[in-house]
Amino acid sequence: MKTENVIEAKALTKKFGDFTAVNKISFEIKKGEIFGFLGANGAGKTTAMKMLIGISKPTSGQANVAGFDVYTQTENIKKNIGYMSQKFALYDDLTVRENITFFGGIYGLSRKRIKEKTQQLVSELGLEEIKHQLVGSLPLGWKQKLSFSVSLLHEPRIVFLDEPTGGVDPITRRQFWEMIYKAADRGTTIFVTTHYMDEAEYCDRVSIMVEGKIEALDTPKELKKQFKVDSMNDVFLRLARNIE
Amino acid sequence: MKRFIGFVKKEFYHIFRDKRSLFILFGMPIAQILLFGFAITNEINNVDIAVLDHSKDATTEEIINKISASKYFTITQFISHEDNIETAFKKGKIKAVINFEKDFSKNLIKERKASLQILTDATDPNTANSITNYINAILQNYQQAENKDIEVAYQIIPQTRMVYNPELKSVFMFVPGVMTIILMLVSAMMTSISITREKELGTMEILLVSPLKPFQVIIGKVVPYIFLSVVNAMVIVLLSITIFKMPIQGSLFLLGAESVLFIITSLALGILISTIAQTQQAAMMISLMGLMLPVILLSGFIFPITSMPIPLQVISNIIPAKWFIIIIKGIMLKGVGISYLWKESLILIAMTLFFISLSIKKYKIRLE
Ligand SMILES: Nc1ncnc2c1ncn2[C@@H]1O[C@H](COP(=O)(O)OP(=O)(O)OP(=O)(O)O)[C@@H](O)[C@H]1O
Ligand SMILES: [Mg+2]
Repeated sequence: MKTENVIEAKALTKKFGDFTAVNKISFEIKKGEIFGFLGANGAGKTTAMKMLIGISKPTSGQANVAGFDVYTQTENIKKNIGYMSQKFALYDDLTVRENITFFGGIYGLSRKRIKEKTQQLVSELGLEEIKHQLVGSLPLGWKQKLSFSVSLLHEPRIVFLDEPTGGVDPITRRQFWEMIYKAADRGTTIFVTTHYMDEAEYCDRVSIMVEGKIEALDTPKELKKQFKVDSMNDVFLRLARNIE
Repeated sequence: MKRFIGFVKKEFYHIFRDKRSLFILFGMPIAQILLFGFAITNEINNVDIAVLDHSKDATTEEIINKISASKYFTITQFISHEDNIETAFKKGKIKAVINFEKDFSKNLIKERKASLQILTDATDPNTANSITNYINAILQNYQQAENKDIEVAYQIIPQTRMVYNPELKSVFMFVPGVMTIILMLVSAMMTSISITREKELGTMEILLVSPLKPFQVIIGKVVPYIFLSVVNAMVIVLLSITIFKMPIQGSLFLLGAESVLFIITSLALGILISTIAQTQQAAMMISLMGLMLPVILLSGFIFPITSMPIPLQVISNIIPAKWFIIIIKGIMLKGVGISYLWKESLILIAMTLFFISLSIKKYKIRLE
């Protein structure tokens, strides 16, 4: 069966003045895939993602997301994607329920649908007791899970997660990945950045970005074979050494 | 439309759950209007004065009666000796001393002139000036009444009348000014802060990734403030009518319409500020320094524009508040209609359009 590409990038580049943050990156991502976008701090992951979701104009190169062009069809792209930013970005001064209602509302969900979704979300995440609490008072792990669920409210075709597990304890990280798998099983394409190398093992395919360039791109298994090591962490170390 | 209502609702949650916003929105306007209305005033009313009467005759008694009969002065002390004047002032309650010379009545009849001395406490020069003027006016009146049967070769009797504010109530001057400041503050500062807050928190990014168009996001953010500013304007007008007996000579409808126009001008400025400022702190500083200061100093609210140096007079023209103050003074005090105020209104409209188009130009839909 031939599956469609939902994201295609070709020589996508972003410069800030003289500095090239993203340097001619190219890749294709298939529907339902979990695509890990790895790289050290400052490698250019967030910048690349912002071009794909239509809030930053590329300097050069091409890209399609959900079949729409990132230069001219950003409005269409926005309808088809969910986004969880690196910075926690729900409203701290709104309750769990108010946040869900608000974000459901701006994506145009009907009142009935919002109600159902809220119910479902609250019971899935076990938030029953605290659904009337301000989000600001929740522990980080719960905030992140809630934030992810909110980005999936409108059932987007692709969801972009920028370091969703940053600063979260290992147990919550596991739960988080279970949620990601569940979404992928429903056919949602996942584009996720991280710098936890163990998380790379959970992805279908990973790309490793170093200083704006994609230096490796394959399944975790192939990458380990290619670099003759046992873990993604070692792949990463090898890669870093090669570049020096 | 439904999206829009949700957006506005969320904005109200932000406002009502933030003590600082609540204070700026509701505490400040009321505090300011009361402060300006009661504390900062040039009027004199029941000022305590003392009399040093060396003569104690019929004429001085009559003059003293005249003075104490006016509502401006209360004679609280009679001093018996020059040496006690200083102590009276030092105690601080007495603002002026009237010193009649010896044989006042006799001199007046014999030499056709008599003199009295007015000493005022000039630690507050404005009040001192007003006191002197008021006492002079009372004396003038007395003299005219006395002389009315006597033929005088020449006499010029100036008839002064203060139009539009006959009692020279300073609150009439302050209400339009305070209203302007508050509308500006609420509209420009609060919107710029609330927009930059979303930038700072990163939620603006989420909103821009949503199918909402940038202008929808902005409209959603400013509409609550239009509403709150209108409420504020109404509270101010109500307070000034009930507490300060401020007359509204002109049409209330026009006053409302012009206020909404000025609110929109201020919102446009707030949006413009939020395109420049990256943080709430910066937005607040720009609003305070860039808007409040010029409004207070250059709008004619406190310092009359006509007595400013020419360069400042020129600069005052680009301050929206100046035009709004002219408009509301016209409506409230003079009772004039749009036929007198169309020029000022057009200037405000033009400024609003200018700010909006500048914001659109500066507003980066894609956060580069
Ligand atoms: N608006 C900007 N103007 C100038 N330089 C920028 C801008 N945004 C990002 N950069 C630079 O581009 C580089 C890549 O940043 P980016 O945020 O994409 O990295 P990242 O891989 O997401 O890192 P992190 O793991 O810290 O999130 C960094 O050196 C950063 O300083
Ligand atoms: Mg990043």
